[in-house]
This record gives sequence, structure tokens and C-alpha cells, in this order.
Amino acid sequence: MSNADMSSNIPTRQHFSYEELLSLIEPGSTVLDLGCGSGELLDRLIHERNVRGRGVDIEETMIRTCIGRGLSVFQGDLDEGLKDYLTNSYDYVILNHTLQVVHRPDLLLQEMLRVGRFGIVNFPNFAHVVNRLQLAVGGRMPVNRRIPYEWYDTPNIHFCTRKDFRVLCREMGYEIIRIIDTSNGKRRLPILPNLLSTEVCFLLRGTS
Amino acid sequence: MHGDSSKPNHTARAEGPGSIGPGSIGVVTPREYTFGAPGEGILLENGAEFGPITVRYELYGRLNADRSNAILVTHAFSGDSHAAGYHAPTDQHAGWWDSMIGPGKAFDTNHYCVICSNVLGGCQGTTGPGSVNPETGKPYGLSFPVITIDDMVKVQRALIDHLGIEQLHAVAGGSMGGMQALEWAVRYPERTRSVIIMAATSRLSAQAIAFNAVGRNAIISDEFWNGGDYYDGPAPARGLAIARMVGHITYLSEQAMGMKFGRRLQERASFGFDFEDQFQVESYLEHQGGKFVDRFDANSYIYLSKAMDYYDLGARFNGLEHAVAGCRSKFLVVSFSSDWLYPPYQSKEIVFAMMRQNIDVSYVELESPYGHDSFFLEIERQTPLVASFLEGLHE
Repeated sequence: MSNADMSSNIPTRQHFSYEELLSLIEPGSTVLDLGCGSGELLDRLIHERNVRGRGVDIEETMIRTCIGRGLSVFQGDLDEGLKDYLTNSYDYVILNHTLQVVHRPDLLLQEMLRVGRFGIVNFPNFAHVVNRLQLAVGGRMPVNRRIPYEWYDTPNIHFCTRKDFRVLCREMGYEIIRIIDTSNGKRRLPILPNLLSTEVCFLLRGTS
Repeated sequence: MHGDSSKPNHTARAEGPGSIGPGSIGVVTPREYTFGAPGEGILLENGAEFGPITVRYELYGRLNADRSNAILVTHAFSGDSHAAGYHAPTDQHAGWWDSMIGPGKAFDTNHYCVICSNVLGGCQGTTGPGSVNPETGKPYGLSFPVITIDDMVKVQRALIDHLGIEQLHAVAGGSMGGMQALEWAVRYPERTRSVIIMAATSRLSAQAIAFNAVGRNAIISDEFWNGGDYYDGPAPARGLAIARMVGHITYLSEQAMGMKFGRRLQERASFGFDFEDQFQVESYLEHQGGKFVDRFDANSYIYLSKAMDYYDLGARFNGLEHAVAGCRSKFLVVSFSSDWLYPPYQSKEIVFAMMRQNIDVSYVELESPYGHDSFFLEIERQTPLVASFLEGLHE
């Protein structure tokens, strides 16, 4: 089973506020939503932002739900990449809470910013203070409300921190247009963000 | 066989009280439509005009007042117009997609009127090589024109016109039926609101053509084939049976055969080391081959398999992307992981060509062990998919 498979299935999956994601997207644009799950975000983008959108997910039940909503979806494995998608064929490529479950986040990011003019990536910030304490004081891998898995059965194979991701973007030459920090679903000011943000969202632009 | 060119009865459907089962459409009566008198036939892809043509078809469910709820189901290579229900209350066998068509099923006849017709070149009521050529009074045999998937679709369009249907709510089919569904979307974009393509391809692989060639060779090598002119003597049954056996191998997968037969013997507990030992899989193929010759015409096998071999949508339009550029329908493309005859990558080729043209298309790859035949078998998973796709069209 592929890991991207499980992402849409996480029962306690924390949805980064859809309002925040919606606010990043220009009305009337085109969107590719990777790991689209049941298609809730895509559905809202289409109805509220008038986008033309398509979703990708690996889970049959999710795909079925999307189809029932009238969405265009593709059942596929993100680890196989986006090679069949044309360069610059979408305005935005979204990776919603899925970065940490793919085998090569860097390669997927590269593909996202080839296919899309902008990339939107959100992920749980592993450097959050609760995780740090569980590891530093408890000496155990963090397991909590936001990361409800034991180390041996987690779909999250590539956790990173807010700071890690910024470094990666810099190394790959992507422009960070915006970062939205949230704590338990609510937007927060970027004060000690790498310590206090539970979930972060990056709006990126490629450099081609 | 004479066609009635009288007005079709749009309410034709279950005539019995559904004694056959609550989920069944019940007893259905095949209908016929004949058109294409000399000078009014269809223009075939090979450039010739052809007619008259009789089409046998069946209807399940009722056409609504504005005739907007019709779904055309296109059958696979060896299928026929009998897609659902029974021909008589005592009938033991339901139509070939009965599990998908009926009240409350994937193609819900409480809401939709499902139409299925036998293809041009077939042998189940629609004009084909076994039909009598009105000019000679004899069966066409090999004088029947070489027909293509495109030609089958033109004939279906004539039927849809006859039924007074402006736009089909959906065209749906698997395998060769999927090719026809795809062709509908390309050829008649305004007349297909949505299209469901299952276990299909825009062109056969060399391997698939090779298997068809073996089948045709078995037929033409039969001592009774006689250049296709055998209708007043014994039919080339052995050749046709072997062709069918080859076909059945390609419709299953190694895993499916393993699950179904394993290495079990049919009648003995252990090997006798003589040629009387028959494995279950051999017996199955014999049975399938034998059963097939009772209902299928060897020449139709040749014509229809050749039509599939010829089909290459992309080549006709200088690329698949160009071919689908004018499509207006909403698509659902379904492939099956173990289908090695029409492998998933071929479905994906269609899907990506459509995606590049910004066409509304969804793709599902069902993980299934049953090989190409999956679309007859994965009913429980296909049902919610198809039903929700048809539902999603109303959004």
C-alpha cells in the first residue's frame, strides 16, 4: 500500500482551515488538488471561487465521493509523480496535508511548481512545542491529538518543521510569497512560529 | 428477419410482474428497426454506402416526456442487445449486464431508459455477414463490407434518431463497448451528455491484435469455413470454439484462473498419465467454446475482431489529443488493475489526452483480480461509481 493512500483516510486529519486556503486563490483560476480526499476543498473552490479544478487521490472511496459531487478526479498515486501533466497547465497546485506522506516531497514539490504557476503546501509543523517536549522530556516519539500514530504504523514518513521547509524552498529556488501560521485551526501571528504554529501553509512560486 | 419501421413503443419494458426477482427488469421483448434503403444507407468508413440495415435493440425503463433520460449501453465483442432482464418467465439466463441494469441498480431503470442494440456486423439480430443480402437472396458471407467501430456507432445514431432522442444522458460500455462509447463522444459531442468507458482502449496493443489473429486463423482453418460461405452446410464450429477458447484466456488473469481452477482435475482425483486427464481449466475452455458456437457466427467473429484491430482513434486524428479536442461530454473512465488485454495505461492515455484538453474526466483504476472480465464481475464496486457519476451530472 502506498503511503499517499492513507492520507485521505486519517480519521482525525486536521484540515487546515479551508477559509485560509480559499483566500489564497484568485477567483476564476485553475486548480489541481493533490490528495483531494472527499473533494470538499475542491467543491468549495469551484462554487465559491469559480475555479476550474481537478483532484487527485489514491483512495477508491474518496474518488467515488468526489465523483458523486460532480467533480473531475483522477485516481492515482502521488509517488508516481505528475509526469503526464503539462508544464504550466494549472494556476495553482495544492498539496493539502499530504506532503508528509509521500516518498519524495522534494521531487513532488518540483513537479508541482512545474505544472502549476503557484504551489500551495500545508503540513503539520513538527517543531511545535508539544512535539518537542514529548521528545525532549518524555524521550519518546510524539504521539498526540495532531499526530495520533505510533512511530511504527504512521503514514507520516516525512515530517518536517516550518524552518526545514523554508530551507528546502530556498535551496530549490522557490519564492515564498506567503506563509500562514495557525494554531489548532486558528490563524496566529508569526511570533516564534517554528515553536508555536501547529500547522503552516506556504504559497510558493516557481522560478522558471 | 423483418424490421418494423412503425413507431417504437417507448414504454416497452417489463411485461411480467417481475416474478423473476425484485431487482430485475423482468421480461423484455427485443425490437427491431430497419433503415437504409438503397441510396439511404450509411456511409461506411471504407467509403462505401451500405444498407438496408436492421438493428435489434432492447429498452429498459421508460423514456421521459422530453426524452432526456436515455442511456445507450454499448456491448462488448460477443455481446448482444439483451443486456438485462429475461426473454421469457422461464428463461434461465438474464441479459449480459443484468447486474448493472434494472430498478435500483447502477443504471437505474426507475430513472433512466436504457437502450442496448446489437452492433453492425454482429449476429444477434442486427445486420451482419450472416444476414441475407437482399440483392442476392443469400447470406453476405465475406461479401459483407469490412466495418469499423465508427460504423457501428453510425448505426446506433440512426437508431437514436429513430427513437426521437436528441441527446443521450449517457453512453456506457466496456471493452469493445467502451471503444464505441469513446467514438460516440468524438463523433457526436452534442448528443452525448456523458460517457462511461470501462476496460477499454483507444487502440489495441500488438499483443491483443495477435490474440485476435489466432482466433481468426482457427476459424479460417476449419474444414467447413469454405471462404466464409458455409450457411447452407455445417458451420466451422471447431474453429470458432478454439477462437473462443483463446478469447477466454485473454479475458481472465493468471490469478483469476488460479482462484477459479487451480491445477484441479475435472473428473479424477489423481493423474492417470494418459490423455484422458483433463484439468478443470481445460474443461472450462471446452465448455465456453462449445457454448459459444450455438449462439455466434464465425464470420461475425472475423468482422468484429477485425473492427477492433483497426480501431485507432488517435491515428485518425493525428493524435489522441486532437481526437478528443471537440468532446463536450463529461467522462468517467474505469480500468482494472489485472486487465492485461486492455491494460490501465491505455485508459490513462485517453484520460490524459482529455485532461490536456481541459475536458471533464474522472479516472478510476479498480484493484481487481479478474482481468479484462472485471467489468462483468466487479458489480458491487462499479455500482456506486456509476450511480454517483450519473447522479453527479445533475449537480
